[in-house]
Amino acid sequence: MVNFNNMAELVSLAKEKDLPIHEIVIAREMHTSLRRREDLVKEMAASWQVMQESIARGMNNKEKSLSGLTGGDARKIFLYSGEKSCAPYLGQSALRAVAAAVGVNEVNAVMGRIVACPTAGSCGIVPAALYAARERGVSEEKLVLSLFTAAGIGMIVDQNASIAGASGGCQAECGTAAAMAAGALVEVAGGTPEEVGEAVALSLKNLLGLVCDPVAGLVEVPCVKRNGFAVVEAMLAADMALSGVKSVIPVDEVIEAMDEIGRAMPKSLRETSQGGLAATATARKIEQGLYGNQP
Amino acid sequence: MHGVFDIVGPVMIGPSSSHTAGAARLGLMARKILGERPVRAEINLHGSFAKTYKGHGTDKALLAGIMGMEPDDMRLREALEMAEEGGLSYVFKQVELREAHPNTAVIYLVGETGRVARVRGASVGGGNILISNIDGYEVELSGQYPVLLTIHRDRPGVITQVTRILSRYEVNIAFMRVSRQSRGETAMMIMELDDEPTAEVVEECGQVPDVSMARSVPAV
Repeated sequence: MVNFNNMAELVSLAKEKDLPIHEIVIAREMHTSLRRREDLVKEMAASWQVMQESIARGMNNKEKSLSGLTGGDARKIFLYSGEKSCAPYLGQSALRAVAAAVGVNEVNAVMGRIVACPTAGSCGIVPAALYAARERGVSEEKLVLSLFTAAGIGMIVDQNASIAGASGGCQAECGTAAAMAAGALVEVAGGTPEEVGEAVALSLKNLLGLVCDPVAGLVEVPCVKRNGFAVVEAMLAADMALSGVKSVIPVDEVIEAMDEIGRAMPKSLRETSQGGLAATATARKIEQGLYGNQP
Repeated sequence: MHGVFDIVGPVMIGPSSSHTAGAARLGLMARKILGERPVRAEINLHGSFAKTYKGHGTDKALLAGIMGMEPDDMRLREALEMAEEGGLSYVFKQVELREAHPNTAVIYLVGETGRVARVRGASVGGGNILISNIDGYEVELSGQYPVLLTIHRDRPGVITQVTRILSRYEVNIAFMRVSRQSRGETAMMIMELDDEPTAEVVEECGQVPDVSMARSVPAV
């Protein structure tokens, strides 16, 4: 049976069999779920379809969330990216990916349909990265397969650290999503399995320690805009890995560090809204306005 | 290790996998345990559910589930209106439970023929749920497997008779739990199965002497 417990094993299996990482992930899934390859690919293609719908809706979204805290920023960024006078520092492609990531999270906040990837709070990052790749002409088939690579990376982080803000802070959610996106981007750009591993290490390292301190306990502030920042980071990590940059700390040790940091993180900064941004004067005022005088 | 679609997925209506998608699954599970169209619902919310349910649409998600909708159903955001139009009266209450998971709901349902169900469960993260109590019986159900649920008199041999029927139909039991109120009184048996039991199997289990009720609860 094809199995892996960490990135080193996943990368070496791919090398050994001379296959892309997504094929290793698919082979393992076929074994554990007793499903056929074509059914797995079909389900993933359906998820990619939902992701694309959420991007299209998000970039045009004018609706405010239930709380009124978010909504409309993705559209601003998207329109700005298309203005003649606009000379974005990041370049149009990255800026549009940001609009896509923010947009998907805005759709999430207005009770629209999204794909949790790995979570709802981080649902914009992977779709936005693949959107950027699609804009450069990467085929649908390749994009769908790269989602298995992203999934494999998420499975390993989930197994060896955490993908839940309540356990590991936002590094576990947006950090993991950025790593998943970076790995997928390297693969669709023709990078090697080792380079996928490097991209995961590079992106995760930079988001280590990120706390989960959502205002009023809602998946909105700072989550929505953070998805935009995180997709840029995923793209950068992919470019760095493709350029040959290597992480000094091997990827599995980075994931180990992430786990340790998550465990050391105070409870107030793990999705309890007791600390950080959630405990600021403004956040408390927002909370008061939404819920009244509750503990 | 989790599977591919636990990481890229689930497809869901936002904003929160625990407070929205998980809530919808809790509602759906309660509906399936009731086994018929509900006309009345009382939903008690505890902890984080009680505090943040409006901002997360937890109330809409729970009701949507109770009306039989899946967590990715686009109609989820109109669930309150749909309940009113569809003849389902509902009330939400904020409660303090002892030693409960922060995302716990206790759902009382009354069905169209007068059948009632009381289901307590928690949304434990990533859209996953854990049902901890059905009609006063302690249980432990994830909703990931189809379930055969029986109420029987607590006496020797009843369990064997039920499992013998499953064995005859080649239905494999993945997990199983028996819980009773007190010795010799009524007991509940919960069997999580690898395959959904056919109507025939359920009916035959219901005919075992001392079994007063057998019902199948599909996976959610």
